[in-house]
Amino acid sequence: MPPLLFYLFALITLGFGFLVVTGRNPVTCALALAASFVGLAALFLSLDAYFIGVIQILVYAGAVMVLFLFIIMLLDIKSEEGKKLNLPAIVSGVLLAVLLTLQIIAVVGSTELAQKTSQDTPLSLTEAATKIGKAAALPTISNDLKAGTLPDAKLIGFTLFDQYGFHLQVIGLLLLVGTIGVVVLSKRERSAP
Amino acid sequence: MITLGHYLVVSGMLFSLGLAGVIARRNIIIVYMCLEMMLSAANLALVGFSRFHLVNGLPDYTAQSLVFFTITVAAAEVAVGLAIIVALFRSKQSVDVESVTKLQG
Repeated sequence: MPPLLFYLFALITLGFGFLVVTGRNPVTCALALAASFVGLAALFLSLDAYFIGVIQILVYAGAVMVLFLFIIMLLDIKSEEGKKLNLPAIVSGVLLAVLLTLQIIAVVGSTELAQKTSQDTPLSLTEAATKIGKAAALPTISNDLKAGTLPDAKLIGFTLFDQYGFHLQVIGLLLLVGTIGVVVLSKRERSAP
Repeated sequence: MITLGHYLVVSGMLFSLGLAGVIARRNIIIVYMCLEMMLSAANLALVGFSRFHLVNGLPDYTAQSLVFFTITVAAAEVAVGLAIIVALFRSKQSVDVESVTKLQG
């Protein structure tokens, strides 16, 4: 990815993220968060993570943001204009954020690993087709690799079902428990006896 | 050239923005949005490390599997959290964090 596009999408992500933190109207904040997630998805695509980029848009910018907007409109939350700001919390929040950012920049600046560019670590697809062992036994993956395209979703699927089958079932259980929890929580309580 | 460091700094700044929002904002729904931002920032760092740590000439798909799990957990967390907010709004008629002080001594 050209550096210019990286800076553009980083600016979209961080700029709309800033709007989320400072916006007074919850609807503005929710829409800004959706835009921020779209920028983040573009950054994922620039890192050759196509599957993650697509589910970032589908799940976050799609499902999660619709849920947020639905709740904001259901509860009819007004923008908090005229309320006085909580000054100690704002000062401590900004201070902590600035400190954390400076710390991360300092660590990244002094680390050898962080100086790697994508030229230093080029993907070698045709070479990988012979090396990746079990995954290469699947013709759909090895044919894609030999043709020079990255079978991103297939490789993630292979990793998930080959190494993390148990974890996947635990996640399924978590979603089931979450569904039941939401139903129980949002059931209207009967009047107290 | 864009290095791994660039992605890590963007990820760190997004995380810091979310952290500042969680501490400074008083609207519970916006606090939740900032939590989502912090989770996504962690995802960006993970995907960055995945791309720049090649295994057999391919990105490290273990990290991307972890991102997949994070996104799933975040979606479940939002659903449950918003249900709690709706229940809270029913009893307090407000989404201000300062309206919830029952556990305060």
